This record gives sequence, C-alpha cells and structure tokens, in this order.
Amino acid sequence: MGLELPKNPDMDQDNVVNFTDSEIVSHVKDALTSLLSGDSNSYNQLVGVMHHSKQLAPDEVALLETTLKALAGAVSCIDITLHDSLLSAIFSMSLWNYGPHVADALVELIVSLAISNGKYLDLCLGMLVSNFTPPPYFLDKLKLPRGLERKGQVLSRVHAAFKKIADYVPLAPLRLLTMVQQGMPTVYHKDRAILIYVENMLTLESGEIGELVGSTMLMAVVDRLIELDLEIGWDAILQDDFSKGIFEMELEDLEDIVDSAEPDIGEFRLSRKSLAGNSIAELLDNLLVLTFEHLESCERAGRLAKVFETLLRSFLLTVMTAYKSKFTQFVVFYACSLDPENCGMRFAIMLADLFVQDSHPQSTRMSSVAYLASYLSRAKFLSASFISSMLKRLVDWCLEYCNTHDVDINPNAHRVFYSGCQAIMYVLCFRMKVFMDVPRLKSQLLMPLEQILKHKLNPLKSISNIHSIFPVQSQSSIINSFIRPMFVFWSMVKPTYEDAYDDENDDGSSDDDSIQDFANENEDIMNDVGKSFDEQQLDLDEFDCALKKMSITPKNSFGYKFGGRFQEPTRMPSRIRPSTSPESL
Amino acid sequence: MEGLSVADADLVVYLHPSKSSKVSQAILRELSSSLFKFNEAFGGVLLAYDVNILDKQAKILSGVHPYFGVRLKANLLLFSPKSDMLLEGKVVKLSQESIHVIILGFSSAIITAENIRREFKYKTKDNEELFASRSHKRHVIKVGTMIRFLVKR
Repeated sequence: MGLELPKNPDMDQDNVVNFTDSEIVSHVKDALTSLLSGDSNSYNQLVGVMHHSKQLAPDEVALLETTLKALAGAVSCIDITLHDSLLSAIFSMSLWNYGPHVADALVELIVSLAISNGKYLDLCLGMLVSNFTPPPYFLDKLKLPRGLERKGQVLSRVHAAFKKIADYVPLAPLRLLTMVQQGMPTVYHKDRAILIYVENMLTLESGEIGELVGSTMLMAVVDRLIELDLEIGWDAILQDDFSKGIFEMELEDLEDIVDSAEPDIGEFRLSRKSLAGNSIAELLDNLLVLTFEHLESCERAGRLAKVFETLLRSFLLTVMTAYKSKFTQFVVFYACSLDPENCGMRFAIMLADLFVQDSHPQSTRMSSVAYLASYLSRAKFLSASFISSMLKRLVDWCLEYCNTHDVDINPNAHRVFYSGCQAIMYVLCFRMKVFMDVPRLKSQLLMPLEQILKHKLNPLKSISNIHSIFPVQSQSSIINSFIRPMFVFWSMVKPTYEDAYDDENDDGSSDDDSIQDFANENEDIMNDVGKSFDEQQLDLDEFDCALKKMSITPKNSFGYKFGGRFQEPTRMPSRIRPSTSPESL
Repeated sequence: MEGLSVADADLVVYLHPSKSSKVSQAILRELSSSLFKFNEAFGGVLLAYDVNILDKQAKILSGVHPYFGVRLKANLLLFSPKSDMLLEGKVVKLSQESIHVIILGFSSAIITAENIRREFKYKTKDNEELFASRSHKRHVIKVGTMIRFLVKR
C-alpha cells in the first residue's frame, strides 16, 4: 500500500520516495500539532497547497489529492481556532475547479470534518451548499458537454455527501434545510445561478434524504416561483405604447441620463422594468420547466401522490392567497394532468370543500371557487361525469343558499354566493356541449339553476367580470408546450355556439354584430395582440330575453345567447403579452 | 444509561391570535418545534412531552400583537449528558482514528483514537472494519455494535 509522493523540495530531484498512507497522515498530524509549539513551517506548507488551486500541473494535482486525503485522516487534530487559516482555505475550495480524484478527496475531507465535531457541521454543510452553483466563470460553460459532465460529477458527489453526513449525524438534514433556504440566490442575481440551485433543491427532494427535507424544498421552490410570478406585473404587459419598441426607448433614455442630471424617470423606469420583466419572465419559464420535469420524474417513480400533497399545501398557503398569480398555478394544473384519477380529482374536491365550509374566510372561499371554475373549465383530462358532479355540488349549494336567504340583491353581503354563481356560469360556458348532450344532466342542473337565477338575490346582476384564473399566455412558449395539450381553449368551445347560430336565421342584426364580435375575439385570442381587460356589467334585459327561450331545445338561441352574451362583455379569457418582447414565438 | 431524566414543568406557551381557533394544535406544534434541540430553560435536549392544559382561560399580552399565553403542565423527557456519565450508543462508523456512535437515534458522538482503550486494535477483516480486543478474543466492536462509553465533554 504505497503512495508515490511527488517531488518534495527537501529531497533530491531524482529520488522518488514511497510513503504509506499512515505515514503521510502522521506527517500531516505533526504539521498541525507543531503549530501549538510555534513551529509553523510545515503548517504553512499545508495551507499553501490548499490555496494553490488554479492551473495545476499533474504532480501538483497529485499533491493536492494526497494532502486532502491525509487531512481527512487527521481531522481529530484540527482545531477550529488554531487552524483557522487552513480551514478557511478548505471551505473556500470549489469542487467545480477540480477533476474527479481531487473532488473525491475534498468531499471525503468535508464529510470527515462534519462528522468529527459538531462545530464543523454548519461550515461543512455550508460549503457543500455553496457548491450547488459553479463559480461565475463556469456558468456560461454549463450548456457545453464538458460543463455538463463536470456538473454531473460535482452534484452527484455533493448529494452523496449529504447522505453520508446524515447517516452519521442524524440531525444534519435539519441544519441543511435552513442553510439551503437561506442560501437561495436572490431574484435579481444577474448570473442565473438560481436555476441550477433550484435544480439541486429538487434533487434533494427526490434524493435519499428526500423524506426528511423534500416537502420543505418543494414549498420553498413554489414560494420562489410565486415571487417571480408576482414580479411580472400585468401593468407592464398592458401598456399601450409598448409596441413602440422598447429598445429604442431605452437607448433614448440612456442618452438622457448621460446628458442631464434628471432623466425622464418615468419612461426609463418603464423600459427598465419591461426589460427586467422579460428576463424575469424567461427565468420563470425556465424554473417552471424544471418543476414540470421534476413532477414528471416523480410520476414515473410513483411518488406523485405524496408530492402532490405537499403541492396542495403550498398552493393553499401561497398561490391561492397571492393576489395576481398568473403562472404558478400551472404547477398544480400540470401535476393534476399527470394523474387525473387521483390528483386531478383531489384538487377539485379540495377546492369545492373549501368553498362550501362556512368556517373559512370569505376571500379564501371566493378564491377557491374561482380556481375551481377555471380548473373545471380548462382541464381537458377531467371526465364529463366528474365535472358535472362538481357542478351539481355547486348548484346544490347555491340553491340551498337561496332557500335559506329570502332577501333582495346585495352584492356585498352575499359575496360568496355570487362568486359561486359566477363559477357555475363560467363552467357552463365552457362545458355547455357536455350538458347539452345529456338530457339528464340538463334537468338535474338547469332546473335548479333557473331557480337560483330567478331568485330575489339576482345573481346575474351582480356578477360583473368573468376572467380566467388560468390565463393562457401565448407568449410563454414553455407553458404552451407543457399545458397546451390539456387545456380547453375558448376556440374549441366556440363551435357549440356556431352550430346554434346556424339554426337561427331570424335573429336581428344586433345578434349578427355580437356574433361577429364573438368570432373576432376568438381570432384575437389566438393571435398575439394585446387586449385591455374590460369590466362590464351583464346586460340584464338581454338575459331575460334569452331566459324566455329556455324551454326550447338546447341548440336554440338559449345555448347560444347565454354563452355568447355572457362572454362578449368579458373578453374571454386570456391576457396576452404583446409580441414585441424578445421571447415572442 | 445515564443522562435521561423526566421532569415536571409548568409552562406558559404564547400563541399568535390567528391560532385561537385551534389552540391545542398550536400548542403541540409549538412544543414539537423544540424537540431534539437543546433548551436552556430545561437544561437538556427535549425528547418527548406529555401536556395537560391547565386553564381554559388565557392571559392576553398587551402590545402590538395580542399574543395570548396558555398555562400548561407538562411531563418532559430530557436528555442532558454531562462529563463522566456513561452512555450507550450504536456504532455507525469505524476507522483507525475514530469510532462514530449514534445515541438514542439522534445524537452523534465520536471517540477518537487516543480515547480508545489500548487493548483494542484496529483491524480489517473480510472488508469489514473492526476493533478487536487483545485480551478477550470474542470482544469485538463492529458497525452496529452497541457500546458504552464515558462522556468526556
């Protein structure tokens, strides 16, 4: 068991001496302990080897590897205060800079340190967590084959180290949790380190210590998604003069800033914000891809049900309560689509349960039913029977409410009720075909619905805008590629109403206009045109007129008018980002 | 094994007003969050607890957030090893330099080479690392063995 030591400055140039492992270890131990007695030569040599880490010649690499291995054997002699220069040198080393052998030795040293003394645990875990991300110069190379290879090398060793440490120090994962959360790169970090960091967090979730740290990791990832999501403000997207050409605007403003002390701050801020907005959108897209792929791998491994529970909890806590979450809810949507029988139904049932329970706060219930409506309408993978049973639940609840509240219209006092009605209408509009095809459903749902709508509470008058909580961002190519196959677009539902129109030949010109508008909107929706979002009151007279025709067969104008009228004022349903942004399809 | 003790404690747990609808859940949560951590007040690591809520009424603290304090009586299982106590644990790792032990499934300890009795010799047999006693042939320490050791610090 010999080890060839490279050229030692003390020895003859031609001599190559073989030392055993234990001899080297004791040599290192001596170097460490000699510091106590004031002799720092060998110790300084050691520290020197640690620091000398760039552009290493092969024999220097061998020396480094040997030294690291020896240190691993000598950890009991390392003192945290006495040898702080050595320790700081070790902890500042990055695994990304070295080949597999040195990396192995370094990881071995870190693990030995971590388990030898509680004082080093945090430092060692911190060092490993900092190795989630490569040094700045390496970030660009990540996409290259060599970069990918190095990435695989480093990350596999890092995660294996976590497992080893957890085996010997059972409470280590608890410390790790805190460190990983605190170490998350901040949103505006220029070098996209967050992508690879989140990748590591997801690896932790599915890894060997996943049971201990997994759910916290997942929730932290969703938290970050929401943060980014909310950064992308609708206002930045909907500015009318966005199409002016943001780059031109920016250049102008830059000149302004150079020339004058006080540039037009408003304009500059907009373009800065829009640029930053775009980069954030791109980042969010990439993170969503990571999350979607992770969910797919969970599904393949049969773990999706468990992971879904965590997602649901996270959804309830953060996504549902976030004011204008636009994309993050698709994470749950996608998970549901991967497993419609269990997850898909569970999500809807949970939302419905939330809605009907009095004990929950109003805003939660309203938000919950809005999400439910959007989900039931948009999810292609849900069965018609399930949707109808959910709808029936809503209708029954609303009817019950009507029967127990014999009062007049009052939008503020009965907000939960009105949001429930709104939800029912929304789902009906999208899924009308389903119900028209099955007479039994029609009687089960439409009869009670008629009662509700005719009630004193007058839900239709107070329902203003219907907007989708699962908006389709055609600009977001990532969302499109993952979600598109399972998403019910308005254009798919349109034919239901077009059929209805064909039957009606004696409608007045006003209907023609509305149909035209209607058709136009659908074209618009599928094109990349920015639309402003109108809030308009539903015209009650028109509805009354339609209601009178309700007794006639479904293909008649009721089906058409109800849906058509209902949708027209509200510009169903998408918010589109203008096509001038760099990521346009 | 020394170091384990049961203590009776009178506690007051302060809860956020949002928890007022599910008080017992909040109390259990609060106590659970301090499990397996060293607690100054208790003088040891909390391993387990058994709680009785004393009073239906709780005092509300004045201040920015009206936290309310609930009085409890609790039975606590504490672990507070001191020097010169004998502890038992399971060996998880052996090397020439050290023996790593896990006590009660959560606490890790290390016995360095200089603290291992002279009679034990480090050997590798059939790819298995072990410490064998020179005087008693059958006395062997391997991974998975339960050992008793003295606490140094």
